[in-house]
Amino acid sequence: MAGPGLWFSLLLAAALAGRAAALWPWPQYVQTSESHYAIFPYNFQFRYHASSAAQPGCSVLDEAFQRYRDLLFSSRSWQPPEPARKQHAPEKSSLVILVGTPGCNELPSLESGENYTLTINDDHCFLLSETVWGALRGLETFSQLVWRSPEGAFFINKTEIEDFPRFPHRGLLLDTSRHYLPLTSILDTLDVMAYNKFNVFHWHLVDDSSFPYDSFTFPELTRKGSYDPATHIYTAQDVKEVIEYARLRGIRVLAEFDTPGHTLSWGPGVPGLLTPCYSGSHPTGTFGPVNPILNTTYEFMSAFFLEVSSVFPDFYLHLGGDEVDFTCWKSNPDIQAFMKKQGFGNDFKQLESFYIQTLLSIVSAYDKGYVVWQEVFDNKVKVRPDTIIQVWREETPVHYTKEMELITRAGFRALLSAPWYLNHITYGPDWSEIYMVEPLDFKGSPQQKALVIGGEACMWGEYVDSTNLAPRLWPRAGAVAERLWSSELVTSVDFAFKRLTRFRCELLRRGVQAQPLNVGYCEQEFEET
Amino acid sequence: VWSIAQNSPNLFHTKCSVFSSNYLDVIRARSSCFAFPGRYYDYIFDFNKSQLGPAKRNSAVELKQLLVSVVLEPECDLYPSITSDESYTLAVEGPVAFLKANRVWGVLRGLETFSQLIYQDSYGTFTVNESNIIDSPRFPHRGILIDTARHFLPIKTILKTLDAMAFNKFNVLHWHIVDDQSFPYQSVAFPELSNKGSYSLSHVYTPNDVRTVIEYARLRGIRVIPEFDSPGHTQSWGKGQKNLLTPCYNGPKQSGTFGPINPILNSTYCFLSQFFKEVSTVFPDQFVHLGGDEVEFTCWESNPEVIAFMKKKGFGRDFQRLQSFYIQKLLGIVSTVNKGAIVWQEVFDDHAKLNPGTVVQVWKNEMYPVTQAAVTAAGFPVILSAPWYLDWISYGQDWRNYYKVDPLDFDGSQEQKKLVIGGEACLWGEYVDATNLTPRLWPRASAVGERLWSQQNIKDLEDAYDRLTIHRCRMARRGIAAEPLFTGYCNF
Repeated sequence: MAGPGLWFSLLLAAALAGRAAALWPWPQYVQTSESHYAIFPYNFQFRYHASSAAQPGCSVLDEAFQRYRDLLFSSRSWQPPEPARKQHAPEKSSLVILVGTPGCNELPSLESGENYTLTINDDHCFLLSETVWGALRGLETFSQLVWRSPEGAFFINKTEIEDFPRFPHRGLLLDTSRHYLPLTSILDTLDVMAYNKFNVFHWHLVDDSSFPYDSFTFPELTRKGSYDPATHIYTAQDVKEVIEYARLRGIRVLAEFDTPGHTLSWGPGVPGLLTPCYSGSHPTGTFGPVNPILNTTYEFMSAFFLEVSSVFPDFYLHLGGDEVDFTCWKSNPDIQAFMKKQGFGNDFKQLESFYIQTLLSIVSAYDKGYVVWQEVFDNKVKVRPDTIIQVWREETPVHYTKEMELITRAGFRALLSAPWYLNHITYGPDWSEIYMVEPLDFKGSPQQKALVIGGEACMWGEYVDSTNLAPRLWPRAGAVAERLWSSELVTSVDFAFKRLTRFRCELLRRGVQAQPLNVGYCEQEFEET
Repeated sequence: VWSIAQNSPNLFHTKCSVFSSNYLDVIRARSSCFAFPGRYYDYIFDFNKSQLGPAKRNSAVELKQLLVSVVLEPECDLYPSITSDESYTLAVEGPVAFLKANRVWGVLRGLETFSQLIYQDSYGTFTVNESNIIDSPRFPHRGILIDTARHFLPIKTILKTLDAMAFNKFNVLHWHIVDDQSFPYQSVAFPELSNKGSYSLSHVYTPNDVRTVIEYARLRGIRVIPEFDSPGHTQSWGKGQKNLLTPCYNGPKQSGTFGPINPILNSTYCFLSQFFKEVSTVFPDQFVHLGGDEVEFTCWESNPEVIAFMKKKGFGRDFQRLQSFYIQKLLGIVSTVNKGAIVWQEVFDDHAKLNPGTVVQVWKNEMYPVTQAAVTAAGFPVILSAPWYLDWISYGQDWRNYYKVDPLDFDGSQEQKKLVIGGEACLWGEYVDATNLTPRLWPRASAVGERLWSQQNIKDLEDAYDRLTIHRCRMARRGIAAEPLFTGYCNF
C-alpha cells in the first residue's frame, strides 16, 4: 500500500502518536482514529474463527494466545484494581483470528508468508492472515495497540492495519563460542525478537574459542572443545528446546558451523582435523584452519554435517567460510606439495575453494541449502546459484554497498550485515545510524535488488555475555528490525525516536533489560533482582 | 587479588603451604562495637561448586580462625572521612590468621583482601596461601560518580553499586543527585522541588531512601558526597521554586524560557541558605559538592535586570565575574553550615575566590595535566576525573586506558602532587540507567580502583589482565553483573 495512502496514514498516525500506542516496527498501512473500545481482561478472549484453518489444538497459536494474554493483562508488578464498569466506550470482548492455510505443525521457512490484516471497528475485532506466522505478527501488533488509561482501564482504538514484511529474512546473530550464553539468555532473546518481528535466529554456535555444541557423533569435540563440558554446553535437549521455542514464535534457527577458519576449538576433539603449522621443517605445535588435503577431513565433515543436518531442521545451514588465514597452510610442506600437484601455484584462494566446494557438495547431498560469508564469493569459490551470501565487511575488499552490487549482479541472493554490527558500541545514540541504513542503496536493476532477501544484526561475543547481552541488544537491534520490516518510505528519525522510546518502555514493562535511548524515564523502571 | 596491596612483592614470594577451611571462626579483639559483617562469610564460602568433603592433604594445615584486632579507637559509630585510616596488615600462617588495623575502616579493607585470597582447589576445598600483607591506599579519595537526574536509579541499583565499590576498595559515592532533567531529591523544607521537578512522583528519593543509602555506604567505609549542582544545570529546580531561575529575554520581552539560577536576587540566597542548611543535616559527610560547571551566559546576557546589576557591581560584560559572585556567596553559605566544598574546575578556571581547602574536580579532558598543575600551584586539592569518564564507551578493552593513567603525571613540585587527593570514575546518566549501569561500570571502574589504591609501580597490564579477569568472575559470583573483559568464561 505505497503512495498517498501511506503518507496520509503516516501523518495521521504521527498526529495520533501521542494517543496511539508505540508501534514497532511500523506497519505497511495503518489507519487509526480517536474512537476507542474498552477491553476487560476478565471478559476478553482470543478466538479462532469458525472457518479458520487453524483451530484449538494449533500449538503455535494456542501458546501465543496464552503468551499475549500474560503480556497484555498481567503486569510484572504494579496492577491497579479493575475499574468500575462504567465505561462510555463500547466493549470488545474478543479478537477473532482467521488463518487461511493450515501449517501449525510446520516450521517457518524463508518462503513463509507473514501478511496479516487487523480490523478493529464497530463491527469487528478481527485478525486475518494466510499463515499462522502472519497471525503471530498480527498478535504482536495487536498487543502494541492496546493501551491503558491513567486509571488502569484497557482500551484499543479503531484501527485498520494491512501489514507484511519488506524483506523475508530478518535475522539476529548470537555468538555462543566467545562467551557461552545460558539457555535462558537465548530463549529470552527469542522472546524479544518476536516483539520486534525478527524471524531468523542465526546461531553462531562454535568458533576458535570454544565448542559448546554437544555432538553425539563426535562427543570428544564437545568434551575437549567446550569451556567446561559439565556446564558450558548445549545438549541435544537444549538445542531441541531452542528450535521449538523459536518455532512457536515464527523464528527460524539458522545454525552456523564456520569452517575452515575459526575452528581452533575443533582440534582437541578431532586430532588430525586442523592443519599443523610449521616453522621451516618442524611443526611448531600450533594449528591453523581445517586441513583441506586429507580424506579424513572430508570423512569427518560428512559425518558431522550428517548430524547437523538432522539436528537443525531449517532448509538452510550457515557454513561460514570467513577470515581464512593462509599463513599456516603456507607453512605446511604437505600442503605445499598438494598445491603443486593440483596446479594451484601459490594461490591459496584456490585451496580454500577446493575445500569449500567439497564441503558444499557434502551438504547439498543432505538436501540443505546454505548461507556463507562474503569471502566465499570474494575468493571466487564455485557455489550453487541458490547460495545466499552474507555481507559483513564494511570497507574491504570494497564498500559494502559495492559488494551488494557485485553479489546481486552475479545472480546470488544477499544478506546485509555490514552496517549492523551491534557489538561495535560507541558513545551516544547510534541507533539512528543503524536505522538510516537503506539495504537497497546500491547501483543495480530491480531484478538485482530483488535478490536482497534481507539482513541480520550481529552481536559478536568477544565482549558480550549474559551480563550485558540484553542492554547491548535492545533497543538498538529494534532499529534493524524496523528497517527490514517496514516500508522504505519510513525513514523519519524523529518519528522513529518517538515510537522507539515508547516501545523501549513497553519492553521494560515486559521484563526486557532494554537500555535507554536518551535521557528520560519510564513509568515502570527496570528493577534488578 | 584486585587492588594490589602496598607490599605486594612479598605476596608472590611466599612459600606456598596450603590451608583448608570449611568454617572460619572470627575473633574480634579490642573492638566492642565491631560486628563481623556476615556478608563476608557468604562471599568466601557460598560458592556453588559442590564440595566433595575436605580432601586433607598431608601438608595442609587447617586455618581455624581469623583474629581481627583494632589498635586504636575503632570509630565504629562514626562516618568515614577524607582523613580516615584505611591501613591494615594481614598475616596468614599457622592455624590462626591475623588481621590488624588502626580503625574499623582498615578492617573492612582487610576483610575484602582476605576474601580475595581464599579459593577452592580442584576438590572444592577452601584454601588460602600463606601470606603477609601490609596495605594502605595511595590516595585517600577514591570515588564513583552516579547521576540520578538524567535517569532515575532505583535504590536497589545504588546499593548494589555500593557493594561493588566495596569489592574494589572505592570509598566515595559522589551522588550527582539533581540536574536539568529531573529533581528526584525530596526536600523537607521545599517539597515542591521534587513534587514538580521529578520525572514522576514514583521517581523520587525520600528522606528514608537517602538515609538507607548513607548507612549502607557507611557500613562499607564509603562516604556519600551529594552534589547539588548550580547555578547551571538547574532547569528542574525552577519547576518547583518560582523565581529561582533567571528569566530569559527576547529583546524587551520575556521568552518564557529560563536559564541558570538568578544571581542578583536576595530571594535566591535566602532559598539557598535554607536549602543547604537542610542538605548539611541530611548528608553527614564533611563535604558537599556544589557543581559550578558549564554555566551558559546567554540567558543572563539577555536579561536587562541582570545587565543593570552587572553595571552596578562594576562587572562590565564579564559574566565570569557574575558567576564567581554567585559561587562565592554560595561558598559562604556552605561554610556557615560547617561544610567543606568541592567544585568542578570551571569555578577555578573562571577565577572565583575560593576558600583554602576547597577541592577542585578536574573533568575536562583537553590537557588535564596542565589544569592539575595550575590548581595545585594555587594551593587547592584536586580530584581527577578527566581521563575516567566511563560513560564514554567504545569497542574493545578500554579499561587498559583507564589503568594506564598516572594521576601525578603533571609538572609540579612534591607539595603540589600531595594536593592530588585522588580521583573519581564518572558514569554520567544520559545513556545509563538500571538496565545497563552495572555492566557499564564494572569491571572498567576496577581499573580506576586499582590505580587509586595501589602503588605507582603496579602497572603491568598483562598481570592486571590476569587478576582482573578473576576479579570480574568473583564480582559476578557475588551478584554484580560485571561484563567480560574479553573472550572466556567464569568457573561457576
